[in-house]
Amino acid sequence: MFIEILGARNFEKLDVGLLCKDVKSAFNLEVAFRKTVIDFGATFDANRIQYNSTQILHLLLNSGKIQNNSKAIILTDLDLFVPILTYVFGEAELNGRTAIASSHRLHNEYYGLPKNEQLLQTRITKEIIHELGHTFGLIHCKDYKCVMHSSTYVEDIDLKEASLCISCKVNF
Amino acid sequence: MNNKNYGILIVDDEKIVRESLYKWFLEDGYRVDTAENAAEALRKLQSATFDIAFVDIKMPGMDGLELQRHLKDIDKSLTVIIITAFASVDSAVRALKDGAYDYVTKPIDPDELTHIVNNIINQKKLLTENIQLREKIDELTQFDEIVGDSLQIKKVFELISTVAKTDTTVLIRGESGTGKELVARAIHAHSSRKYFPIIPVNCGAINDNLLESELFGHEKGAFTGAQYRRKGKFEMADGGSIFFDEIGCVSERLQVDLLRVLEAKQFTRVGGEQVINVDVRVICATNKDLELAVKEGKFREDLYYRLNVFTIFLPPLRERKSDIPQLANHFMKKFSQVMNKPVTQIDPEAMDVLVRYDWPGNIRELANAIERAMVVGKPPQISKEDLPFQLINTNGIKPASDSIEEIEKIHILKILNQCNWNISKSAEVLDIDRATLYNKINKYNLKNR
Ligand SMILES: [Zn+2]
Ligand SMILES: [Zn+2]
Repeated sequence: MFIEILGARNFEKLDVGLLCKDVKSAFNLEVAFRKTVIDFGATFDANRIQYNSTQILHLLLNSGKIQNNSKAIILTDLDLFVPILTYVFGEAELNGRTAIASSHRLHNEYYGLPKNEQLLQTRITKEIIHELGHTFGLIHCKDYKCVMHSSTYVEDIDLKEASLCISCKVNF
Repeated sequence: MNNKNYGILIVDDEKIVRESLYKWFLEDGYRVDTAENAAEALRKLQSATFDIAFVDIKMPGMDGLELQRHLKDIDKSLTVIIITAFASVDSAVRALKDGAYDYVTKPIDPDELTHIVNNIINQKKLLTENIQLREKIDELTQFDEIVGDSLQIKKVFELISTVAKTDTTVLIRGESGTGKELVARAIHAHSSRKYFPIIPVNCGAINDNLLESELFGHEKGAFTGAQYRRKGKFEMADGGSIFFDEIGCVSERLQVDLLRVLEAKQFTRVGGEQVINVDVRVICATNKDLELAVKEGKFREDLYYRLNVFTIFLPPLRERKSDIPQLANHFMKKFSQVMNKPVTQIDPEAMDVLVRYDWPGNIRELANAIERAMVVGKPPQISKEDLPFQLINTNGIKPASDSIEEIEKIHILKILNQCNWNISKSAEVLDIDRATLYNKINKYNLKNR
């Protein structure tokens, strides 16, 4: 089993090496990063000006882009939603093979604050580990420091650590 | 404790709504089931128990309003939440009158959804379970970050233990570097709030405009660049504690805001109208003379009395010198781990210097001195030569006579060294003006070596 991060966008300032290293140490599995071109056009909702993440996951699952014996997560910068909710940071198939994480709402400058590349990198890392955790069957954790804690605000993400807590490690 | 023990039923004729909510709650660990119409919902409720039902108000056949009544007939303790489109909020309000717990409008704000469900589940837990179950996750920090066994620090431990169990506002006072934040964290870690975060706010470090949004959050569009809603520190600390460091630095405008929140335990986000309620314990720290600030009109008296309920004074390090060896060893171990450098002891001569020095920067200065010594020194021990120059310098010099001039000379040199020969700072410590200090330096021919 290994993990693939599919970069669906050019992330200039992202330290891909560090990202892979951090994800690797969270799960103790090999992590590979590769750039991928996926046409998200069909998942765009013109009314909401957002992309349907559930549909993107279907797209990915049927794209033939996932290798056997791997979990694949798309990293994008699109604003994502699932139909009933106003937005999501990411989505995953619980106990499945695919996931998606978006950097869109992780940017400080969208909250009227100064740009902070290092913070952005940390938030992306945590969000990726969180969604991947779901693909391994992990559900939300009560421990606010655990990466599997549910976050509805970017500030909640900042409270978490980029790793599984002890009890989530046991369940992993 | 376990969410698996709680059941959520989702009733909606739209498949996409059922599926997204199903998944959302599954990830929260709940037992979830769905029904696409009223008949199916009633059937499912008869064969299994649920705690919460999300019911779409507009469905073909029996609508949500009517279904709600039938569901309640089957299970009185079921909590019903109505899902509505913006247009039908009126009928949702009618549903509330009929006994629905709350309603949500499509698309639902994820935070709102989480909040509603958490509130309901927490209420049910209070009824059925002993809250003490939380203790299960227990482990973690004793006071192990606060080191020492002097009488003075033991008194501090005692105060921490006493106040931690209560919900009282705490004011921690002491010179900078005495470890006020550690005390705040220890209080939090020993309180029943420990499973929620302690959120530190450094009042001295943020500018006034940002501080408001930092503390109370802001709504989308509250000001230029605020494209999305932001959660403030008070909301983040909900259930836990908020720690205001350097409370003496808060501007007058913010003092008013703070007082209002502390009294009402509620506030609105910047640019928002919705009233947010929070359950937060307040811990503050300062190295300033707040009483003087009150007298001078720089700090509001009413706020001062709000904060000054239970005070913990942290002694400066020079008043608990017997703790220095233990502290020094503590930092040595800590840094040797971090730096991966096998330093295992402090040479007695070096320790003697450490104990005799006055530490105007307190524990922080001691920690810095040990860190520096470990960088420059060679394992396995810290020796006198590895210590910062000003420590050795001032401790080594003894006045040559008991004349006032000689003692003044040695004292001025000591302060200059402690302040790294920063003239303004030294003059401030000595309580003389800079010109006088320059004159003395010339008179005694003092030199920065
Ligand atoms: Zn999640
Ligand atoms: Zn966990």
